[in-house]
Amino acid sequence: MTETTYRLFLVDDHGVFRSGVRTELAGESGLEVVGDAGTVPEAIAGIIETKPDVVLLDVHMPGGGGVAVLRGVTDELGDEAPVFLALSVSDAATDVIATIRAGARGYVTKTIDGKELADAVRRVAEGDAVFSPRLAGFVLDSFTGRSSVPEPHLDPELDSLTKRELEVLRLLARGYTYREIAEELFISVKTVETHASNVLRKTQQSNRNALTRWAVNRRIG
Amino acid sequence: MKRQIDTRTTPRLHRRSGGKVVGGVCGGIADHVGVDVFRVRVVFVVLAALAGAGVLAYALLWLFCPGGNDTERVRPAERRQAYGLIVLAVLALTANGMVASNAPARALLAVLLVLGGATLVWREADLTGISASRSRLLTWLRLITGAVLVVGGLVLAVTSPDTALAGMSPILLAVLATLVGALLLTVPLWMRMLRALNEERSARIRNDEREEIASHLHDSVLQTLALIQKQADRPDTVARLARRQERELRQWLFGDRAQPRESLAAAISVVADEVEDSYGVEVETVTVGDVTPEEMRDAERVRAWAALIAAAREALVNAAKHSGAEKIDVYCEVAETGVEVFVRDRGNGFDVDAVDEDRQGITGSIRARMERAGGAARVTSTPGRGTNVTLTLPRTAIAESPAPEPDPKAAAKDSRRARRDQEIA
Repeated sequence: MTETTYRLFLVDDHGVFRSGVRTELAGESGLEVVGDAGTVPEAIAGIIETKPDVVLLDVHMPGGGGVAVLRGVTDELGDEAPVFLALSVSDAATDVIATIRAGARGYVTKTIDGKELADAVRRVAEGDAVFSPRLAGFVLDSFTGRSSVPEPHLDPELDSLTKRELEVLRLLARGYTYREIAEELFISVKTVETHASNVLRKTQQSNRNALTRWAVNRRIG
Repeated sequence: MKRQIDTRTTPRLHRRSGGKVVGGVCGGIADHVGVDVFRVRVVFVVLAALAGAGVLAYALLWLFCPGGNDTERVRPAERRQAYGLIVLAVLALTANGMVASNAPARALLAVLLVLGGATLVWREADLTGISASRSRLLTWLRLITGAVLVVGGLVLAVTSPDTALAGMSPILLAVLATLVGALLLTVPLWMRMLRALNEERSARIRNDEREEIASHLHDSVLQTLALIQKQADRPDTVARLARRQERELRQWLFGDRAQPRESLAAAISVVADEVEDSYGVEVETVTVGDVTPEEMRDAERVRAWAALIAAAREALVNAAKHSGAEKIDVYCEVAETGVEVFVRDRGNGFDVDAVDEDRQGITGSIRARMERAGGAARVTSTPGRGTNVTLTLPRTAIAESPAPEPDPKAAAKDSRRARRDQEIA
């Protein structure tokens, strides 16, 4: 794999945290922070202007939070939009599922260390999904219809996860890394990543109708 | 206390305050909907012609919409235009009343007098709150004129010889008219009182919430920060305090506080938290699904749940004490048929076949305990790769098969994996 440099944009309403992330990532090769923003409008404008590869997105911000940034940027850029990786102190099911449904490609909590974060950024930049065990737990919960999240449940007819995807998800929830899952299931790491990406895609309800319905519910409801 | 992401931004309807001609209702609607105020006024005039519907709508909107905080005055031209529209509305109302309902002129005049008087009074009552600089004499004059108009209108209506009211007892009529008059004239006062009351109430609620948050932060975060300052030279203590505080705060902010007695997921989390606190390792807990509170309290099952929780605790303690790992993962899944708990670390691991005296804890505390409860325990470990403990407990089978035998389903579930796992017998 050739060493490419991924351009990164930070969104967080706490300046201290932004500079902290900058410092943490400074030593990582292949990552370049091209900008940061502390408010929703600033973030949308900044991302559209700098066109980064990955956006590290805070979930709780005044003025609509990460979901508003995600929506603002995707409305403007469409398919050109960068990949979003949510980085939040909150691991509440509501926040996680809402952010993933809005189109984030991964969700990590702020206790993550610099090395893991850099790794996560590279992985989402290459098109993979980054799952924390807790996130996998929420998806499993919502898939089985026992979720505490007041979102529409995943429609089992429409978006049913395959047996293999559930297996991958279950192992993720148990705290296995992608490599360990690959060993456990006798498949390649690449396949595990594909399964994880599929889970994320299905959780977002890639089906346009569901997505529109969801957006409408959000704005008017 | 759950935070919801709310993206609704629809503003509330406010009446115009500075730029109002009568009550600022039309202006408010125009601002709210984003159309020209003239069109809104025309709509109200047309509605007024329709048996006075526009008048009623205007009055209700005036009452129930709070005043805005705009200060721009009405231009004279616009004011003239608005007055013209009002005259038009009055004419339309009268004409419609005379033609369609065949009402006598006196009754219509009475209605108009009452409407006009009420409008005058309401407008003045509306203003006093905002601009105190207005001439008091003028205010009083207008208030009195309004009151006189209303009273006059009512008297006119009551004394009118050929209305539907004519047949009623004069005393009843007088009482009714007084009531209506008093109500009409004091409505703005009532509304203002109600609004003030509501505002005070919401301010109090906000204040209470603030105080609750402040006291919680004081009892938790500030205390911990003080402790951390004192123990700054002991990194392990600092890390432990910070971790515990983070967990508590996180749960307070985002978690729902289920009772461990009623929720297996909560009970497992409590055990994980205890181990995290006492052994200084990070324990990441993920729970999927939960048993019902009834199932948790069911007298026959209580011991089984307790055994499962104790076994999970033992597995966690073992991992914390012996594995040398910094992080332990706990996963608890409640399915239709049974409960599975996985405790896993990426520490030293050990050779399961070479179980000797000092691993007696696994056989006694984990495996035997699970089997007595009707479940099973499986320990997989690879030296250098860590240990995985799997606890399974059927949800309902215990009533039918009280014999302490390992669950055959769980054992045969994944034969390939079972072959790789070494059962501790």
